[in-house]
Amino acid sequence: MSNNWEMVIGLEVHAQLKTSSKLFSSSPNQFGSEPNENVNFIDSGMPGMLPVMNFGCIEMAIKTGYALNFKINKYSVFERKNYFYPDLPQGYQISQFEFPILSEGYINIDSGDNQKKIRIERAHLEQDAGKSIHDIDPKYSFIDLNRVGTPLLEIVSYPDLSSADEVINYMSSLRQLLMYIDVCDGNMQEGSLRADVNLSVRKKGQELGTRCEIKNLNSFKFIKQAIEYEFQRQINIIDGGGEIEQNTMLFDTSTGETRAMRSKEFSHDYRYFPDPDLLPVNLSQEQIDKIKPLVGELPQDKLNKYLDNYSLDKDIAKIIIAEKQNANLFEKMISESTVKPKFIAAWLVGDIFAFIKENNLEVNSLNDKTKDITDLLKLISDDVISNKAGKEILPKVLNGEGKPSELVKELGLEQVSDSGELEKIIDEALVGEEENILKFQGGSDRVLGYFVGKCLKATKGKGNPKLINKILLEKLKK
Amino acid sequence: MKNSISQIKKALIEKKISVGELYDEYLAKAKSGNNNSFNLVIDRENNISSINDSQNRYDNGNPLPLDGIPLGIKDLFCTKGIRTTASSKILSNYIPNYESFVTQQLLNDGSIFIGKNNCDEFAMGSSNETSYFGPVINPWKNKNSQKDNLVPGGSSGGSAAAVAEGSCVASMGTDTGGSIRQPASLCGIVGLKPTFGSCSRWGIVAFASSLDQAGPLTNCVEDAAYVLNSINKYDFNDSTSSNHQREDYLVDINNSFEKKIKIGIPSDYLEDVSDDILNQIDNTKKALSKHGIEFVDVKFKTTEYALSTYYILAPAEASSNLARYDGIRYGVREDGESLDDIYLNSRTKGFGDEVTRRILIGAYVLSAGYYDAYYRQAQKVRRLIKNDFQRILNEVDFILTPTTPNEAFKIGDKLDPISMYKNDIYTVPTSLAGLPGISIPSGLSKNGLPLGVQFIGNYFEEKSLLQLAALAEKELSFNE
Repeated sequence: MSNNWEMVIGLEVHAQLKTSSKLFSSSPNQFGSEPNENVNFIDSGMPGMLPVMNFGCIEMAIKTGYALNFKINKYSVFERKNYFYPDLPQGYQISQFEFPILSEGYINIDSGDNQKKIRIERAHLEQDAGKSIHDIDPKYSFIDLNRVGTPLLEIVSYPDLSSADEVINYMSSLRQLLMYIDVCDGNMQEGSLRADVNLSVRKKGQELGTRCEIKNLNSFKFIKQAIEYEFQRQINIIDGGGEIEQNTMLFDTSTGETRAMRSKEFSHDYRYFPDPDLLPVNLSQEQIDKIKPLVGELPQDKLNKYLDNYSLDKDIAKIIIAEKQNANLFEKMISESTVKPKFIAAWLVGDIFAFIKENNLEVNSLNDKTKDITDLLKLISDDVISNKAGKEILPKVLNGEGKPSELVKELGLEQVSDSGELEKIIDEALVGEEENILKFQGGSDRVLGYFVGKCLKATKGKGNPKLINKILLEKLKK
Repeated sequence: MKNSISQIKKALIEKKISVGELYDEYLAKAKSGNNNSFNLVIDRENNISSINDSQNRYDNGNPLPLDGIPLGIKDLFCTKGIRTTASSKILSNYIPNYESFVTQQLLNDGSIFIGKNNCDEFAMGSSNETSYFGPVINPWKNKNSQKDNLVPGGSSGGSAAAVAEGSCVASMGTDTGGSIRQPASLCGIVGLKPTFGSCSRWGIVAFASSLDQAGPLTNCVEDAAYVLNSINKYDFNDSTSSNHQREDYLVDINNSFEKKIKIGIPSDYLEDVSDDILNQIDNTKKALSKHGIEFVDVKFKTTEYALSTYYILAPAEASSNLARYDGIRYGVREDGESLDDIYLNSRTKGFGDEVTRRILIGAYVLSAGYYDAYYRQAQKVRRLIKNDFQRILNEVDFILTPTTPNEAFKIGDKLDPISMYKNDIYTVPTSLAGLPGISIPSGLSKNGLPLGVQFIGNYFEEKSLLQLAALAEKELSFNE
């Protein structure tokens, strides 16, 4: 039934900036402190307190501007958004309204087999609010002001998204980019990155419908669920002859349903006006240019480099660039070793990532082991030890139990690559195998595998399989 | 004639009086409280260590610039550990845990605070009648109607009255649209509003952030220079604080000008004014002409728009600045069934009528659909007013105007807000332009009440402005 319907989605993403202090006060900007620990007189809205802009936030916004292809505005203005709430001590949120710091950007996302350009209308800096806690006491609500004044960058897309999958791809691309340029930790569970979804439905090719806004979604799973539920809800209303009301919706994570929080008639009049306590932000071209080198290589740059210069498979390259720390680890290993990047990449996304996952480690934690890892990979690629032996030693290397070469000796895993020794073993293995030899000479390739296996077994797995293969072929062809 | 800061310092240096005796003398007057000029006075024991430290510095021969000088502080400056109310019920129990930048400078320079001066509630008013702690009475009486209690002007009415009655040597006020200059004029003292950006607003209860400016109310121009030397400093914590190089305002204050000075008198300010007011301008003109100063007529193009511009912008900012007084974290909270009721009750009962009126005006002019017609338009007009002043200050060195359109009036006389707002007609344009202005006493009205004139200078040219005011003061001084 929903086949001829399509959804039109725009996203407002709130990214918490990774500054050490807040947007307009010197309180620490950190998650997980005791309630009201990171609160000073400015944050708590004491009389006569004044905001002082943290220029680090501007620098992060500029970085984001470069990464998301924005026009970086030299002139931007902080305004006050006025409303009453107990976790908003000033009675207003300082935000940018008419003159945001970034406008007209875009990113490309995967959509099926193609790339799709998602246009971004604007991004502006604003303060986060505190938290009201209603479930501690039956009678009282509690207020935690730690988050008050935390810097947010609100990134507002155009309604260019047309499926839950696209939204997820857009959101994860944003997350990846923001983490790459080191402006946001991307931790959705802690609320460092959250999204408001604006969704409307229409019959294909028709005018835009009335939209509803689903507030404050902080996981990919919830975003997908909320979109799917809301899409169907709106279709059902229209199919039932009803009309969509422009509402602000909440997503109930326990039921997986969206429900109306307030309708447009009750929407706030925020009475925005320029904050007279702050001067407009006036940036020089020089100040903007200075930030550019700090942006560094972006995921797409790395992907191109990995494909063109290192000849990686696209799927493997994508796994490595997914997170900056992966790429950093990979590139560190390349720079320290003569092993082929492709060989390193295969081991990284295979056994090394498996080890990290199994042991619940941070990728970063291996940064000081890269030399040992590449030494091990060198032993494998030079056929000093077998692939199998490599897999056996790797966890020990990653656990710091010793140097690869020592471990190889200790465990006696060095490959037998002495052709004289191998010839002897092979000769012995061929004794009494006349029938199979004839089969091989008659064209049965499968027999070769059997002989290699037999020889390897005779070397207790230490024989160099390539060499065995080579010698065997020579002997069998005689 | 009351003693000036330099006279008092001389007496302290020469041991004719001790810091403690000086304090007691002023404290006694402040405590008598006849004019309700203080919301709170600080007993000697609560200032004893400051008094002793100050005396020690005199005894050791190294006194600080304002050492031992008893000051009044408008109850809008947050003072650490001392109740700060903004003369509002909603803050009537508020004790800050921090000291405002300006008062900290005064403490650093050795002055001692006598108490917190009454003022209009949140500095909104021109007569000091909106205070939760009751009106302040002007120490001056109409000689033709001695029994009437007159207003001291506002909003720094308590500061002006306290200096005039002699219960402090000088007082710190704030001026948003005339709140230092107008009461100074009505109480026969000196009031200086420095250039916006001179003195930090950090720790001053905000009324209208783009206009609020701290400044001294004093017995004489030289005292204003003493205080300005202390408070006029760059402050990183106020983003609108200017970080230009400050001058020593005392150095040349009694010197005559080296260059030829030209003063403009805006003829449009003097239409429909009383003879009393015209006389002030004429007196001043005569007095200064003797010193070779030239007077020329100038004409503003924007004067008629200033008051309406001010009464859009100031309430707009105030409506937002006062949003934090919600009874949740500090201040007086009224009970309610719901969160909205707590807000509603706390704010309805916590704010007086004038404050409520301005919050409503401010919310209105900022609301959707009205913003462009009111707030945005007013911002544009404000720019034109600035340009208008700049144009005239390109032609002349200073501008001379009356400070107020009338003498002090009877408490309760002006009930209509509009007629009250008109009291600031000569001071508001300067505030909108951000320029410095000083009011000095210029003569007495027919009823024997003090009146003042205002000199306006260019941005951050307080030094020559004070020099001019000191020159005029010598010629214009009158006896009570």
